[in-house]
Amino acid sequence: MKVRIKFSKEGPVKFIGHLDIMRYFQKAIRRADIDIAYSMGFNPHQIMSFASPLSVGHESSGEYFDIELNSITDVEDIKNRLNAVMTEGIKILKVAILDDGEGNAMASVAAADYLVRFSDKLMLPADWKEKLIAYYEQEHIFVTKQTKKSEKEIDLKEGIYKLQIRDDGIFMQLDAGSGSNVKPGFVLEHFFGTIGVELPEFPLRVRRLETYRRTKKGKLMPLIS
Amino acid sequence: MRKLALSDEILMQVEKPARYIGGEVNAVMKRKEQVKVRFAMCFPDVYEIGMSHLGIQIIYDMLNQFEDVWCERVYSPWVDLDAIMRKENIPLFALESQDPVKEFDFLGITLQYEMCYTNILQVLDLAGIPLLAKDRSEKDPIVIGGGPCTYNPEPICDFFDLFYIGEGETQYRTLIDLYEEYKEKGMGRAWFLEHAAQIPGIYVPSLYEELYNEDGTVKERKKLSEKAPDIIMKEMVKDVSDTYYPMKPVVPFIKVTQDRVVLEIQRGCIRGCRFCQAGQLYRPVRERNLEFLKKYAIAMLENTGHEEISLSSLSSSDYSQLPELIDFLIEECSRRKINISLPSLRIDAFSLDVMNKVQDVKKSSLTFAPEAGSQRLRDVINKGLTEEVILNGAKLAFEGGWTRVKLYFMLGLPFETEEDIKGIAELSNKIAATFYETVPKEKRNGKVQIVASTSFFIPKPFTPFQWASQCRKEEFLDKAYLTRKSITEQLNQKSIKYNWHEADVSVLEGIMARGDRKINQVILKAYEMGCVYDAWSEYYKNDVWMQAFEDCGVDPDFYTVRERREDEIFPWDFIDCGVSKNFLLREWHRAQEETVTPNCRKQCQGCGAARFGTGVCLEEKEA
Repeated sequence: MKVRIKFSKEGPVKFIGHLDIMRYFQKAIRRADIDIAYSMGFNPHQIMSFASPLSVGHESSGEYFDIELNSITDVEDIKNRLNAVMTEGIKILKVAILDDGEGNAMASVAAADYLVRFSDKLMLPADWKEKLIAYYEQEHIFVTKQTKKSEKEIDLKEGIYKLQIRDDGIFMQLDAGSGSNVKPGFVLEHFFGTIGVELPEFPLRVRRLETYRRTKKGKLMPLIS
Repeated sequence: MRKLALSDEILMQVEKPARYIGGEVNAVMKRKEQVKVRFAMCFPDVYEIGMSHLGIQIIYDMLNQFEDVWCERVYSPWVDLDAIMRKENIPLFALESQDPVKEFDFLGITLQYEMCYTNILQVLDLAGIPLLAKDRSEKDPIVIGGGPCTYNPEPICDFFDLFYIGEGETQYRTLIDLYEEYKEKGMGRAWFLEHAAQIPGIYVPSLYEELYNEDGTVKERKKLSEKAPDIIMKEMVKDVSDTYYPMKPVVPFIKVTQDRVVLEIQRGCIRGCRFCQAGQLYRPVRERNLEFLKKYAIAMLENTGHEEISLSSLSSSDYSQLPELIDFLIEECSRRKINISLPSLRIDAFSLDVMNKVQDVKKSSLTFAPEAGSQRLRDVINKGLTEEVILNGAKLAFEGGWTRVKLYFMLGLPFETEEDIKGIAELSNKIAATFYETVPKEKRNGKVQIVASTSFFIPKPFTPFQWASQCRKEEFLDKAYLTRKSITEQLNQKSIKYNWHEADVSVLEGIMARGDRKINQVILKAYEMGCVYDAWSEYYKNDVWMQAFEDCGVDPDFYTVRERREDEIFPWDFIDCGVSKNFLLREWHRAQEETVTPNCRKQCQGCGAARFGTGVCLEEKEA
């Protein structure tokens, strides 16, 4: 049976890349003695699928991966056993059993929430908030996106579902589907480009808050809801 | 949550920022107010190399078992971060607490290979600790060196307050007790060093002076303190089944060179190959008992979650209970889906059977280390591996489905002739021919792949070859070209690939290995001129090194090509590694006579290690 696991990644561990996080969980699952299923063949590997890679340097409270189990105690027990072997900054938030036929985590991802703060060193024009709202309220935001082979013009607005300025940062809900994924840094860099502000290197502190799938009726729901 | 020493901006700029954040699974956190002694344990190379080293994991675990001590880890910052730290004046920090190394009581540096010597200076420099021990004050950590290179500490003795000679498990408690006494009584650094010199295995270089003859060889060592011992005897663990070994090794986040559980099954080697330093330094062979190994294997797998376990020792096939251990591991590991990696096994029916069980034959290659191309030269170096054994092993392997063979040789061995070098090509060819004779055409899946690699021989202290002269760079290269040419003349040349090691770096390693105190200034000069990470070929700057020798008026040839007299006093003679100089000299003579010496299990040669009263020295001999 398949189980979906939600975890957070905060603090120094944000500098661990996606592939290393996968290796981290492979080891953690062995430490927690969870009865995970392995693939066939000479070098069997754990059957595991991550929802959406998180960029190095980003924090998250809404990361997900699925694992296939041979046997299961109960979801609370899996959560406790995993939390007992976690390192500082990575915490298991929820564990849920998936219904048969439910798509894997990666294929299900439709959108994600982000909260973006600026680094302390960033100097911004006084009216940037108004300008950002005006930017978001445009009907279309055409941008040229560099793909591997060519350049193409896209409407960025289609991928920005929500944008709000909150006390603790800029909240964005963005398309996170495979192929149409919009990165929060891309949106803000484009915006500041349009108002003539040149950003220094690594100006943003990004936190993913939640990752969503789309229900049959078209509604966005967290990957574990 | 811990606060990092480096800002987000810096960490986002450097390659693999996870090298610098600590916080790995099983990393030990303590409160600094609750310990008396803070120990920074450093491997002076990049994180992925340093984290793969078993010795540090053992000492780290041991020191952290002491309630009054907190041991943390330090590695060389990679060149990208090195530049930023210098530019922004960021002091080198330890991974666990992220506190500056300069605040620690001890900075321990493990010396595993000579080519890390400039990295010692990099670590001291970035930490803000004076490079020369004589310039340090009460505020600076005590800098202590350990590991195999300390068996000749003289080329780097100016940079260290102390060296710990031998195995680390035995004397750290005593040393730390002395340190606490020194701090409590408010004594000076000189008091501590003088008292430390009386702890077995501890060498305090500042208590001695090295005097030279006119020809530059060592005349004598003069003691500058009554309290300094004449001879430093290496420290050794008598019972390796009743000692420190980590149950919970630190698990790195990023992929490191040795990304697996390492089970050290024994220390030392019975073989006595005459070029091999480890084979002499770690005498006598001491096996860990089977139950100890079973217990630790399971505990380490459960506590790390690693997917692979590797046996570690100099010659695993000599471990007397290997079949029992492997049976146990195969059963436990197949249940847990854990891979087993078996290095340094002699190729025979037993090992092939085992490898067949634990590896994918199609993907793995077989390794032989004949070290020399001819039987004559193998007898000179006491490598008890005959052509018959190699070809039989290869035949068995080819029958079992292996098609890839790696061969390791050395060039520039003492008494080597052109015939011996051509022997490398001929032996490679015979192995290829064995494949074509053994495996019928219809069963072949392409050619056999033979990779012959040569390294250049470097004479090391405490080996029978410590008297030997080393080749010049040009001689080394000529030998490599002759090897290459000979291989192209073989019938099966298309099945043989040939690699050779860089020559100039082998020359420098030879200088460091048998150097004296005059080398310190050269290392310092080379470092000041920008040398660091010399073990990394892309950063090795031979011309700068040669300039440093010239500027210091030190002749490299004195340390390498010069033939040493049998009665010459060597810079490392004041260290007693257990094996006597007489024994080594006897072995040097037997090499010249092309006479093989039986291994320790067959017949005791009276090397001197029996005085430790342990290990193979207590076993009944076969002969």
